[in-house]
Amino acid sequence: MNDIFEGLTQAARLVVTLDADLAEITLRSLQVTVTATLIASAIGLPLGAWIAVNRFRLRRIVIVVLNALMGLPPVVVGLVVYVILSRSGPLGVLGLLFTPTAMIIAQVIIITPIIASISHQAIRELWADYHDLLISLHATRRQRIATLLWDGRRALMTASLAGFGRAIGEVGAIMIVGGNIDHATRVLTTAIALETGKGDFGLALALGFVLIALAIAVNLALHVLSGTERGSRW
Amino acid sequence: MTFKTAIAAISALWLATAAGAEELKMAVTTSFANSGLAEILLPEIEKDTGITVELLVVGTGQALKLGEAGDVDAVLVHSKAAEEEFVAAGHATHRREIMYNDFVVVGPAADPAGVKAATAATEAFAGIAAAQAPFVSRGDDSGTHKAELKLWKAAGIEPAGDWYKAVGQGMGAALNTAAGMDAYILSDRASWLNFENKANLGLLFEGDKALFNQYAYLPVNPEKHAHVKADAAKALEDWLTSDKAKGMIEGYKIGDQQLFHFNAEAM
Amino acid sequence: MVSPILPLTLENVELRRQGKRVLGPVSYTLDGEGITIVMGPNGAGKTSFLRCMHGLERLSRGRMQWQGDEDRIRARQAFVFQTPILMRRSVLDCIAYPLILDGLSRREARKAAEREAEIVGLKVTLNAPANVLSGGERQKLALARALIRAPEVLFLDEPCANLDLHSTAEIERVLAGARDRGTRIVMSTHNVGQARRLADDILFLSDGRLIETGSRDVFFAGPGTPEARAHINGDLLP
Repeated sequence: MNDIFEGLTQAARLVVTLDADLAEITLRSLQVTVTATLIASAIGLPLGAWIAVNRFRLRRIVIVVLNALMGLPPVVVGLVVYVILSRSGPLGVLGLLFTPTAMIIAQVIIITPIIASISHQAIRELWADYHDLLISLHATRRQRIATLLWDGRRALMTASLAGFGRAIGEVGAIMIVGGNIDHATRVLTTAIALETGKGDFGLALALGFVLIALAIAVNLALHVLSGTERGSRW
Repeated sequence: MTFKTAIAAISALWLATAAGAEELKMAVTTSFANSGLAEILLPEIEKDTGITVELLVVGTGQALKLGEAGDVDAVLVHSKAAEEEFVAAGHATHRREIMYNDFVVVGPAADPAGVKAATAATEAFAGIAAAQAPFVSRGDDSGTHKAELKLWKAAGIEPAGDWYKAVGQGMGAALNTAAGMDAYILSDRASWLNFENKANLGLLFEGDKALFNQYAYLPVNPEKHAHVKADAAKALEDWLTSDKAKGMIEGYKIGDQQLFHFNAEAM
Repeated sequence: MVSPILPLTLENVELRRQGKRVLGPVSYTLDGEGITIVMGPNGAGKTSFLRCMHGLERLSRGRMQWQGDEDRIRARQAFVFQTPILMRRSVLDCIAYPLILDGLSRREARKAAEREAEIVGLKVTLNAPANVLSGGERQKLALARALIRAPEVLFLDEPCANLDLHSTAEIERVLAGARDRGTRIVMSTHNVGQARRLADDILFLSDGRLIETGSRDVFFAGPGTPEARAHINGDLLP
């Protein structure tokens, strides 16, 4: 109880004083996760829509696999990305290990299935509504997917936000591929792990509260910007 | 509109974090990083040499692995046998001793195994085993773990049983576990002094020569990995063995206690 | 002028769903000009018949043939569903949508949609979301959307089923106008009065089969089958 109170007051103090280290790792958390979410959305949203709209032989299996991949263990993803990006690995020449780029790659792998799966659900319902109309209007495959993505954008934003939420709080993979290097790859979650390791629960909790506040702030900002829940708009 | 704003915000995020100076990646042990010494040294290194040292904080085992794979430019660890093997295999050009600190035996203040009265580290360990008192081992192939295993061996004990808990984690996490279980643990002095969640634990045994912990610097061999920054690694080595480094290392104290003893020899 | 994608010929077309026959075998040729009204009791296969012709159903048996290449055929016909399918867009964007698919700019498409909304008499806030419209307004939206590509053949599935007299009259006025501009119209209805007002000829379906075809006057003068006779007299069949 004491620790939690101390954590809250410390969080408040860090935020109020605009602590430089805190600002840096918070910004990096955002940078890595926002980038990863954008990339994963660019892949996952059309993929989800494509699976919803097309009938192909392995469709059922693809959906099952996608749903299963939602539970992909981050540590394993981290390890695989690590081995691939290591200097002695297949993509070692790129020199990406222990950089924010490596962290983005790991997060993209973790959250793309989540975004694809949730958007598939959302698009499938919309497709059921639109099916006859789009067929009747002779929309091309690409036009169908574009229409469904656009008209389903609120639901898809939820899918992206779910991915964002998973990525911003993720520690297992980015610890491994990022290395938690101070001033280079340290982000909120890895800093929390570090401070917990040092037994400094107060600071760890403070960072934790900042992380939660950040996640809420991003969600709020997006909802305000996109004007959801406002009147009768979609 | 919204879209453009988002793009602008994201580009700002990226620009804000672009860096300039030359970077050198060095794998160091948890115990070194947890000591807090790095935070004192790194800014000075950057000021004097222009090199930004990026620390990868891992166990000795993984640190050497990183050097072997060429994922770091230099390694600073404390496990002499493993280091010499590393150099022999050609992964590093040479091994340079920098400084040492020491391990301490930490345990419950009540001291059920009578460690406080021991005259040697092996005796302390024998006492713990005899009392079957809970003992937390790093169990992560780190330098500290290796030092611990060496002590068990010297005491003629094969540590096993319910009382021996190998946690497979870093020093801080292992100390947290020991604090939670009221267990004995071998820790480097710096990690122990910096540890903030001491609970019922206390420092019970220290000072035996067998507990000394030598840190050595290993620059990764550029013949094996052409991309490593050998020049920067050399500059860092020169700095770490300089008089200025000596002053800062010897002068680093936590609660009046000197943690590290500089012992690099001129080459 | 008869549309170049006509005649449409159906040869022994049969449609089965989960092993159950819902339509056919039907043989029919759609040609000429004017309005063809499809009548018949519930479950007779009117909707399936229209959907088949428009290409929304995969035929279980038989052949169907339009004239010309696939893209041309598809772009020159339109379909109005019994329950209008609204998109999650504004009224104007819903109507403009087919033109957007055709590659027009949003501006041009919306301009055309405004004109079309006026033609069908859709007097609502065009920038409001489509789902605030009433039943009659929704059907007008669907009609405007169907007409915006100036289709040569237009299918309508009971477009006035749930509408009041006023809305029905307005839709009939629009359909008559479209016919006069040369659109070939095929429409199903339960409303005998509407059939009398609009039809140039009548198709009567019963149990998935086309049991009677003929011009309006001949059909209403004396239907040849007891089913059709009962239907237009408003009798309840045993």
